Amino acid sequence: MKIKKNIAVSESGFVFDPSTGESFSLNQVGLELVELLKQGEDFDAIKKEILEKYDVDEISFEKYYYDFINSLNQNQLLED
Amino acid sequence: MEKLVFERPFIKKLNSGMPSKFGLKTRMEPITEIDEVSVKELIDKYGSPLFVISEKTIRKTYKSAERAFSTRYPKVQFAWSYKTNYLDAVCRVFHKEGAWAEVVSGFEYEKALRNNNPGDQIIFNGPDKSRKDLELATANGSLIHIDHFDELYALIDLAEKSEKKPKVAIRINMDTGIYPQWDRFGFNYENGEAWDALNRIMLSGNLDLVGLHTHIGTFILSADAYGKAAAKLADLAVSLERKYNHVIKYIDMGGGFASNSNLKGAYLPGSDTVPGIDEYADAISSALINSAIKPDNLPLLILETGRALIDEAGYLLGTVLANKRMADGRRSTILDIGVNILFTAFWYDHNIRPAQPFSEHSEETAIYGPLCMNIDVLREAVDFPPLKKDDRVVINRVGAYNMTQWMQFITMRPNVVMIDEKGGVHIIRRNETIDDLVSLEKLPPHLK
Repeated sequence: MKIKKNIAVSESGFVFDPSTGESFSLNQVGLELVELLKQGEDFDAIKKEILEKYDVDEISFEKYYYDFINSLNQNQLLED
Repeated sequence: MEKLVFERPFIKKLNSGMPSKFGLKTRMEPITEIDEVSVKELIDKYGSPLFVISEKTIRKTYKSAERAFSTRYPKVQFAWSYKTNYLDAVCRVFHKEGAWAEVVSGFEYEKALRNNNPGDQIIFNGPDKSRKDLELATANGSLIHIDHFDELYALIDLAEKSEKKPKVAIRINMDTGIYPQWDRFGFNYENGEAWDALNRIMLSGNLDLVGLHTHIGTFILSADAYGKAAAKLADLAVSLERKYNHVIKYIDMGGGFASNSNLKGAYLPGSDTVPGIDEYADAISSALINSAIKPDNLPLLILETGRALIDEAGYLLGTVLANKRMADGRRSTILDIGVNILFTAFWYDHNIRPAQPFSEHSEETAIYGPLCMNIDVLREAVDFPPLKKDDRVVINRVGAYNMTQWMQFITMRPNVVMIDEKGGVHIIRRNETIDDLVSLEKLPPHLK
């Protein structure tokens, strides 16, 4: 699961995809996930980091994580 | 270290096309409490979903409506429209504020009596009054509003055999310039049917014609239509005095005033398009005062407004059951509130608000109820913050028609609580149980 390399992400969660010219906005948790994905972290590392920082249980996180990945895929922000 | 609040992660595509006519989106605020009682505590204690009625709001709305009319017209009386919300506690708040009862069935009439209304302060409307209903209403001196000729003749027949003279009014339908014109209830003004009915009442000699009644429609957004209706009733009152030297005691303008809810398909929100109660009051009072009715004979003005008096006082609290992604990528959120208990979802785009703080992010969301039925849709598409399972929501302006038209379908009807003026919470209708429902059923012997 890798996010496209050329995607630009700002600190405030603004995302720009230069290949399509489309832009997106992320909420805080979404932004952290995208940054971790960009760093090449795998699911377990990301889960550990988020569970330590946020008030969320493991199952809920997993559920929302995969839903979020689906949205990234739907918006063509993941590498094939 | 205290952990941060987790919001479901999401990404939203930004559209850089034309902005909408209204520019930026409206900021949504959470509803965390009702009359200073926490929504979370209400749900924890009384379950979800939960209807909440604010007694404070009922009384405030009633007083402001009463003031709007009584400052413009000398004699005003409100009658609480039972069908809008006939939970006893709600009716009694209105009666304590001074409202009479307005009922449209034998069942509602019984309820009005049980709520200690004197017989002569109950208005009996509607096309369905049985012989027994009419006898009871006559014996109690209630105000019977005749809907059709069959009822008129039944009353003349009843009056001949009764010691008491039935007190009657006729319901009149008319063209007031609004569409659709309601003509299924009562007698028509323009084609002379109303005058015909009045003649028959006056010539029968055994009915006491006390008033004239109209109800021009529902959710009427034009105050002007009420002015036209009041003027037509005033004309009839003047004609009655001229021809029979008979002075009627009241003119009943019915209800139909709109509330601030957003009608489906409406271009602008209700708060921008709905006339204030003062505008309705102004149109009606001016028409009556400017009519040819002699000042000494000005009739009592009765109003049966329901929705505009109770909608604002009702809230429906619920919980997020699940979130899903639709085939086209849209988000859908499933609540435990279905159209079976929120009947008005068929008419209104209800204002659904989270009950806890949320970030400024939002995405287009379809909001569904819990029923395994395709019709169970609360909002087709609304810009909504990303709620998680078990988050709470509040739907406001649901006081009118839901607690009477709700259905026991698939799920049970939930608790209804009232918050009194001091912040005390009382269950005014407990949630249904399976025992309540099966107690009405009977099994034939061979199936036992």
